[in-house]
Amino acid sequence: MQRLTRMPAKVSRRGFLAGSGALVLSTTIPVRAPKAQEAAAGPDVPAFLELHTDGTARLLSPFIEGGQGVFTTFAQIIGEELDLAPENFTVTSAPPGPPYGVMGGFRITGGSASTRTAYGLMRQLGASARAMLLQAAAAEWDVDASELTTEPGVVVHAASNRRAPYGDLADAAMALPVPAEVALKDEADFRWIKTAVPRLDVYEKSTGKAQYAIDVTVEDMLLAAVLHAPRLGLTPASVANLAEVEGMRGVHSVHLLNGAVGVVAEKFWQARNAVAALQVEWTEGEAEWPMPADFSSDSFRATLSEASGDAVEIEATGDAATALSEADNVIEAQYDAPFVVHGQLEPPSATARFNEDGTLDLWLPNQAPEQFQGAAASAAGIEPAQVRIHSQMLGGFFGRHFLYRTANPFPQAIAMAQATGRPVKLIWSREEDFLRDAPRPLGLARFRGAVGADGPVALEATVVGEGPTQRWYGAPPGPDVSAHEGISGKSYAIANSYVGQVPVANPAVIGYWRSVGHSMHDFMYECFLDELAAAGGLDPYQMRLNLLSGNDRLHTLLTRTGELSGGWQSGPYEVDGTTRARGVAMASPFGSEAAAIAEVSLDRGEVRVHNVWTVLDPGQIVNPGIIEAQVQSAVALGVSQTLVEELVYENGEPTARNFDGYPILRPDQMPAVHVDIIESGAEMGGVGEPGLPAVGPAIVNAVYALTGQRIRSLPLSKHSFG
Amino acid sequence: MANLTINGETRYVDLPDEVPLLWALRDGLNMTGTKFGCGVAACGACTVQIDGEAVRSCQVAVGDVWGEVTTIEGIGTPDNLSVLQAAWVDHQVAQCGYCQSGQIMQAAALLAENPSPSDAEIDDAMSGNLCRCGTYPRIRAAIHDAASKMQEA
Repeated sequence: MQRLTRMPAKVSRRGFLAGSGALVLSTTIPVRAPKAQEAAAGPDVPAFLELHTDGTARLLSPFIEGGQGVFTTFAQIIGEELDLAPENFTVTSAPPGPPYGVMGGFRITGGSASTRTAYGLMRQLGASARAMLLQAAAAEWDVDASELTTEPGVVVHAASNRRAPYGDLADAAMALPVPAEVALKDEADFRWIKTAVPRLDVYEKSTGKAQYAIDVTVEDMLLAAVLHAPRLGLTPASVANLAEVEGMRGVHSVHLLNGAVGVVAEKFWQARNAVAALQVEWTEGEAEWPMPADFSSDSFRATLSEASGDAVEIEATGDAATALSEADNVIEAQYDAPFVVHGQLEPPSATARFNEDGTLDLWLPNQAPEQFQGAAASAAGIEPAQVRIHSQMLGGFFGRHFLYRTANPFPQAIAMAQATGRPVKLIWSREEDFLRDAPRPLGLARFRGAVGADGPVALEATVVGEGPTQRWYGAPPGPDVSAHEGISGKSYAIANSYVGQVPVANPAVIGYWRSVGHSMHDFMYECFLDELAAAGGLDPYQMRLNLLSGNDRLHTLLTRTGELSGGWQSGPYEVDGTTRARGVAMASPFGSEAAAIAEVSLDRGEVRVHNVWTVLDPGQIVNPGIIEAQVQSAVALGVSQTLVEELVYENGEPTARNFDGYPILRPDQMPAVHVDIIESGAEMGGVGEPGLPAVGPAIVNAVYALTGQRIRSLPLSKHSFG
Repeated sequence: MANLTINGETRYVDLPDEVPLLWALRDGLNMTGTKFGCGVAACGACTVQIDGEAVRSCQVAVGDVWGEVTTIEGIGTPDNLSVLQAAWVDHQVAQCGYCQSGQIMQAAALLAENPSPSDAEIDDAMSGNLCRCGTYPRIRAAIHDAASKMQEA
């Protein structure tokens, strides 16, 4: 019995992005679209691709580079079909506009969706451009295009031994109409796709030449800093020492903003100093989500724990309630995970310049150019068409740079540029970033289960809380997958299972964090599954294999993970004078499948992770080097949040305002990461996020195997061991 | 106001002595390779060298700079990489790349002092340089690789 059709994981929050945040249930990510034959005319080659007379190409990427390697991946895909080596590409972010709405009329950089969404389109763009080059050469040589072939960067007419570099044909080719249909290469002939093409940006990023939003310089610009109200909802009533601050060296002007005071100066350090000197009287203001003055993460965790409202059914198989009522031994547990900040190393910034014609240029980090364009137009009181968005390389994102209203600096930069009549670059200090970040929501789930000799017979899970997709795109409980993914969407064959959600609004301004709901829910589910294994006297690895019998893809994945680790063993066992143990977990995030085994020991009472063995099956791959790097990166963030990360609120404010009060993973805490990739041939899944969710539960399950302590609340650093 | 020697050139910085070197570089001289990450010496993104010693430029006032400053711009360019930067490229270390200037300046100081560091010595020297993308294993591999190439040279 499945009374509510389960939303496929790939829908996630993306289904709610179209139409100004309206709820559009029918919209899902067209992972395979647009196919060549679906396009009435050919793809809009000139909107995406420039061919230059020096033989190089420029790609305007619909997705933004922030470390995940999408610029390189796209150059690789287009280069494959165009027959031009990827290193001949320069790639920049496309401006806002309809040609770039490649996710079915919209686009965001997120959901591990870029490559799987645009793979077909990128191939088609490359193939179309190659066909245009062939056509141009055919006209030049007065031969039929069918007689022509290419080598990388060169059109060849073998019959007459004539050759023309792409650069010589570029102008003529780009003036031709885009062919309506082109043939794509046979995969067997791939030269670059499925190989570890080096990153295009690695030279700039190894020499300090890479430019981020924070590095933008505009002629005649002023620099700005802000001081936010300590609690969201307060706003400045007055500045007691206004004249003094206005008189500080370099200070241009002081601005009372909604919920903050800004200082504009000749240099950033002057603005920052002036902000530090401000004596602001705060008063209750108007905020969309004012933070209650007594809000704390502890009290909110208690609120979730005690919430007793009706659950919305997410998915159900069999009859879990009856099975549990008939079970001899029902295992119950409650899990929670804290608020966590994004902690991208580049602090947020925005540079705003109004032009004489009334238009606005904005240089800023973002993951959704059209949404930022619309919001910037509203903030400036002009039309979206009057706003030019210059999307910059992101110094990390992990979900930080979606449109989060109070978490984005650009409205303040716009206000101060308007007030001063000068271009303004606003940089948020790390303290302001922590204060106004939209953290991953604190989450909580309750479980009940029963286990028999062959494994779990019933599992009932109730997630309590609110997901970011409900907050930002109005998705109701149930369809808002971000609120329960990782507890819903599991693949284990448990005869009686139920997943529900008790909706409880989160007073904090919450956001998307790498792997979103999966980042905590897989921890909760996979650890509870281990509790059932322990209660049934079953091995957690073997029990999972049994629950996956008949599921070839996942059975293979878990088996491969066990092999990668040298053969499954739980431990404890001795290595190099330390006692270690291992845990295992799985996840099905963003269209991919992942499994992880972690090895831990205790070091002076703290958990140390020595090794993580993880296998990712994204179905189909483009760049195995970038995939391996992304999995290593996701593992690092997974280890970090499991070991040490927690944003604590007290009195409506986060208690940590910088990395000195909010530890993130250090190099000496980084485990050895062993990555394997399975290309199962399934539909292409995501890569950037799926390596994360299985890591935390693998660690926590290993801690149980080592210590017998069942940790149900993250991070591990708040617990005592040994 | 100070005359600083930066990457072998004398540069006049028209800012008060108490301004941190980080902002003198970025704001005063538009040398943006050195990055602002936290402002409290908790992340290492702003690491430069003074007389070969790795320092957090957000914590050193311009007036207190005691020697020659070397920044990421001073040790190599895309067309003329240092051995260390070449190892960074070979190992495809960078992801978002934002912390890597600081990582490379810290690693360069380590190798100048210890031409053949162990894993533990690398972790110790690099412990204050955070990378949110988790490139730590590749950083360590690149340092080992550069160490052996420097010794061959």
